[in-house]
Amino acid sequence: MTSSSLTPRANASSTAGWKRYFHWLTHMPWTWRIMLGYLIVMLLVPTLAMFTKAVTVGPAEFWRLATSPIALSAYDVTFTTSLIAALICGLFGTLIAWVLVRYDFPLKRLIDASIDLPFALPTAVAGLTLATVYSETGWIGSLFAPFGIKLAFNRIGVGIAMTFISLPFVVRTVQPVLMQAEKETEEAAWCLGASAWETFWRVQLPPLMPAILTGVALGFSRAVGEFGSTVIISSNTPFKDLIAPVLIFQQLEQYDYAGATVIGVVLLIISLFMLFVINFIQVWGKKYE
Amino acid sequence: MSRADSSPPSLPPAPGKLASGKKQSWVPPVLIGISLLFLGLFLYIPALNVFVQAFRKGVGPFLENLTEPDFLHAVKLTLLIAAIAVPLNTIFGLCTAWALARKRFPGRTLLLSIMDLPFAISPVVAGLMIVLLYGRQGWFGEWLQDHNVRIIFAFPGMVLATMFVSMPFVAREVIPVLEEEGVDQEEAAHTLGANHWQTFWRVTIPNIRWGLLYGIILTNARSMGEFGAVSVVSGNITGKTQTLPLFVEEAYKQYDTEAAYSAAVLLALLAVVTLVLKEILERKTGGVRKRGH
Repeated sequence: MTSSSLTPRANASSTAGWKRYFHWLTHMPWTWRIMLGYLIVMLLVPTLAMFTKAVTVGPAEFWRLATSPIALSAYDVTFTTSLIAALICGLFGTLIAWVLVRYDFPLKRLIDASIDLPFALPTAVAGLTLATVYSETGWIGSLFAPFGIKLAFNRIGVGIAMTFISLPFVVRTVQPVLMQAEKETEEAAWCLGASAWETFWRVQLPPLMPAILTGVALGFSRAVGEFGSTVIISSNTPFKDLIAPVLIFQQLEQYDYAGATVIGVVLLIISLFMLFVINFIQVWGKKYE
Repeated sequence: MSRADSSPPSLPPAPGKLASGKKQSWVPPVLIGISLLFLGLFLYIPALNVFVQAFRKGVGPFLENLTEPDFLHAVKLTLLIAAIAVPLNTIFGLCTAWALARKRFPGRTLLLSIMDLPFAISPVVAGLMIVLLYGRQGWFGEWLQDHNVRIIFAFPGMVLATMFVSMPFVAREVIPVLEEEGVDQEEAAHTLGANHWQTFWRVTIPNIRWGLLYGIILTNARSMGEFGAVSVVSGNITGKTQTLPLFVEEAYKQYDTEAAYSAAVLLALLAVVTLVLKEILERKTGGVRKRGH
């Protein structure tokens, strides 16, 4: 879009840079106005409101609330379980991407399309059906119940829900890289006498690593924030399987705004940190392309 | 898709190579088997379970559940929220894509990251932010109370929460398409005397239509399915501020599994329709795979 009238404004007191900036502000295209307005109202102001609330709590009280035993246990459950779920997705997601790109088998297109199911299925439905299937009387849970293994309403259940929602991130980041992978290097390795395993481990896997790590980081950060599916399959017992987002929710229900805000800020900072990590991995990965 | 397969190179293989090539032949079936087992456990069995549970007692009780007033109210509310959130987010997404796709300037990457933030923020934190802004103790709380406007535990708050979590979809899908299209056609239209609106409607929109539609479909799926953020701001009052996903959870908590699954089936169908449309649109746009939201 154009804001093409470049006639400088007569404003002697300000520098040329400021003048141009001011001119741009007042002559901003309306697309920019809508975008910035929306971002400010929907995103910036709410984020500021939360940080302001956190500041009014005061540093000592902030630290006390952020490191209370129940909060520490909630972080532990959230981050450990998310990490395990993301790593499981890293392993199986890479395998699934590999199988979908390299092999042909019946119903492949359908299976490929179904990978996005966790994106499309509302999380409440995911939680409901996972809780049913993995409960002691459910289709899968009943197979494990005789061995005394409970798969739902504990940390394992939370992990299952997190694995479900994180899986597409890994598959969908690895798949395109695998499709572009050059067959020639593999063929060269083969011809030089490398075994299939060596070829995979030394030649095929290294270029995939940035994509796998990006997928794992994306899945991890999604799992950390997940609420809908995890709240249903968890028993939400403090110090056992209570995750941080559920803790925020419970504190809000008790009108404990300060407590909720503090945990919320902690989660937000970790989300921002994860964004940074993901960007870093992608920049690092580009170097190796 | 199947650009490559597992078989060793098509060069005439040395005898030794042939042997190892044959030895490898058990690998693909095993890997496919493990993948399908994993997907079965985590995706297919749970997905199948939704339909089996909903129709366990036949179609009659299922349809009966669908005529409950609370359920009907939840459906109405879900549709209404989507009807407001989706068009507004589409306008925002189009403007953002338009503003960011064609120009390179300092801070562009930052703006793109900021636009993506709602995906990184936990939905519960998103809901919390809205409560801290419009709730009774929030920034605008007093003013809103004086003017008798309810946002939290009411419809406007639920729309805001939905808009927040589904904000980036349209822009994310449209930006790459706009970048690829370039400006040639639009410049040609301008040269031929078309004004901005004419160029936009007759040249730009037709060019980006599939990407745009895809973004709208994703926005809609997220809007109708959102649970966390809406749950925080709604107060979950049955028959008043209960959307379909909230209805599912509430019914399940009340041990009314049948009602929960009847509603869940509708949401699962929404997911299936979304996936089918996504697949069709991906074929139309040449199947460029991007990572999901």
